[in-house]
Amino acid sequence: MSEIELIVRNKVGLHARPAVLFVQTAQGFQSDIRVLKDGKEGNAKSFKAILALAVNKNDKVVVRAEGPDAEQALIALTKLVENNFGEP
Amino acid sequence: MKEIKGIAASPGIAIGPIFVYRPAELVIHNLQAEDASLEWERYQNAAQKALLELVALRQKVASEVGEADAAIFDAHQMILRDPDLEEELRAEIDTGATAESATEVVFARQVKSFEEIDDPLFRERAADFSDVGRRVLCILTGVQDNALAALDAPAIVIAKDLMPSDTAQMNKAMVRGFCTAGGGPLSHTAILARNLGLPAVVGAGKDVLDLKNGEWLVVDGGAGVVVIGADEQQCNQYQQEADRLAQERATAQAHAHEPAITQDGRQIEVVANVGLPGEEVDALQAGAEGIGLLRTEFLFVERRVAPSEEEQYQAYYPIFDAMGERIVIARTLDIGGDKPVPFLAVPHEDNPYLGWRAIRIGLADPELLKTQLRALLRAGHDHNLKIMFPMIATVEEMQAARALVDEACAELAERGAPYAQTVEVGTMIEVPSAALMADQLVRHVDFFSIGSNDLTQYTLAADRGNPAVALLSDALHPAVLRLVDSVVRAAHAAGVWVGVCGEMAGDPDAIPLLLGLGVDEFSTGVAAIPATKALIRKLSLVEAQALAREALTQPGAPAVHALVKRWMGEH
Repeated sequence: MSEIELIVRNKVGLHARPAVLFVQTAQGFQSDIRVLKDGKEGNAKSFKAILALAVNKNDKVVVRAEGPDAEQALIALTKLVENNFGEP
Repeated sequence: MKEIKGIAASPGIAIGPIFVYRPAELVIHNLQAEDASLEWERYQNAAQKALLELVALRQKVASEVGEADAAIFDAHQMILRDPDLEEELRAEIDTGATAESATEVVFARQVKSFEEIDDPLFRERAADFSDVGRRVLCILTGVQDNALAALDAPAIVIAKDLMPSDTAQMNKAMVRGFCTAGGGPLSHTAILARNLGLPAVVGAGKDVLDLKNGEWLVVDGGAGVVVIGADEQQCNQYQQEADRLAQERATAQAHAHEPAITQDGRQIEVVANVGLPGEEVDALQAGAEGIGLLRTEFLFVERRVAPSEEEQYQAYYPIFDAMGERIVIARTLDIGGDKPVPFLAVPHEDNPYLGWRAIRIGLADPELLKTQLRALLRAGHDHNLKIMFPMIATVEEMQAARALVDEACAELAERGAPYAQTVEVGTMIEVPSAALMADQLVRHVDFFSIGSNDLTQYTLAADRGNPAVALLSDALHPAVLRLVDSVVRAAHAAGVWVGVCGEMAGDPDAIPLLLGLGVDEFSTGVAAIPATKALIRKLSLVEAQALAREALTQPGAPAVHALVKRWMGEH
């Protein structure tokens, strides 16, 4: 199992287009991926679970992956978050 | 009499009884089922059908309204495919619930849990779950949410806001106008109203929802005002104005099939923008003299595998067939960046509008572009095909794209397939660099087509889909007009013609300016064709030229708008 801590810095947080991109990216991997925020946990491949975490700008989340491509999944998701989902 | 000020969304005046649209209630009769696997299958079938509806809606909205509005359907598709949600539905069905009961219970649970979120932004997502759940339930229960489809008398439709799913099924023949409580000038309702040529006021506030069915209302779409309880004299005044406008429209429609010739004898080509198969029929009825922009994205979006040459040929051929000898200008694939095309696996980009899209993708993947070119060349055999490339920014790109046309022709010749052998090749002018380099680009093209929407956005660095900066993104800004002017001069000096295929070409304020700047061809949305032709017939080229010269020296867009309005009043 691998995990990484990320700070979401884009304008709207994990919402709308960024949430779609985050979940789509997670769905591209076989590993089981979880997102944890303030003691709540959600399936990174579930749009509703990610929205329900209500991740806002400057919120800290932990992404945890377990499976054959866990490392790659974390790298991809980190890149997405660190690039602010392409928001200017 | 009470006047409510909203946002002017579509010009014209409508007077009549109102119909307040409130979505139908869904009642579920069968709560329990014996065969869980059958119910699960029913749910999955319904979800699949809903997914197809969403894909279609997304495409429709993307082409009619724009990407920003279409993106909501991406979220809706994600909800339908959500693995956690499927698990909850399956569990509910396993307890003996019918597919519809499970759908209702599980989606209601999501709505409730989202409504409980403190953060208002995330709380609003409850509406998306409610909308998707409703879509599946309508399919499962066979209910057609058809209050708007069942309109059987002329009415002004009032609603909170109309969603694409609402307007898709509306009996548009009975609708006289729109007034919505919410929405802005780029809302779905506003765009639809303009496409239909119906008056509309949006963002009128929630008080309009309290009006009673059958009450009379005046919608003055040009002024952005609705009037409740107008007296007889006021109604008469509005009616006279409405009659005058309707008369103008009817005259335009009656002469739609006649050429657009200015007062001083210059004939202007008026053609249509077409984005979906079947629209060519509407275009012909509206009096289009051809297709000035055939968008081909409908074949590519949402695809996991690129469409084959044969599939593309089959999709293009009927359009050429319907158009006969009229011109059809096909734009090669304008995809990538912000438009989801799964088979391309476009990498994530910080700035998709300035990223890997359109001709850039085509040149990087020549087989993809050549496959499309071969399909177009075959479909255009014995027809009047012209090909243009989107988002050309440099001369080198144009040369490379043109070389691919030659290669595609050679490949077809080798295969012995019939194809359009003398095809004109041109480019869209959407990127300011292309406009500024038009005198160089012109050596490599047979025509230019100015894509005024993107040219405006790129020139003013303002996204017209973003309400915060939309006003800045004004195609009548002298900066845009100067670019159009220099493109036309460069083209005409080389004996090449110039078209405009953005919204500008159908905008009554912009038409005299474009005419005066020397634009040879106007390609507009289908609904705007009769009025565009009618307006051109009223104008004189020489007078429009003087107006255009004056517009080029104005300090900004507001001054140009004022100048045109004053000029139109005098002419």
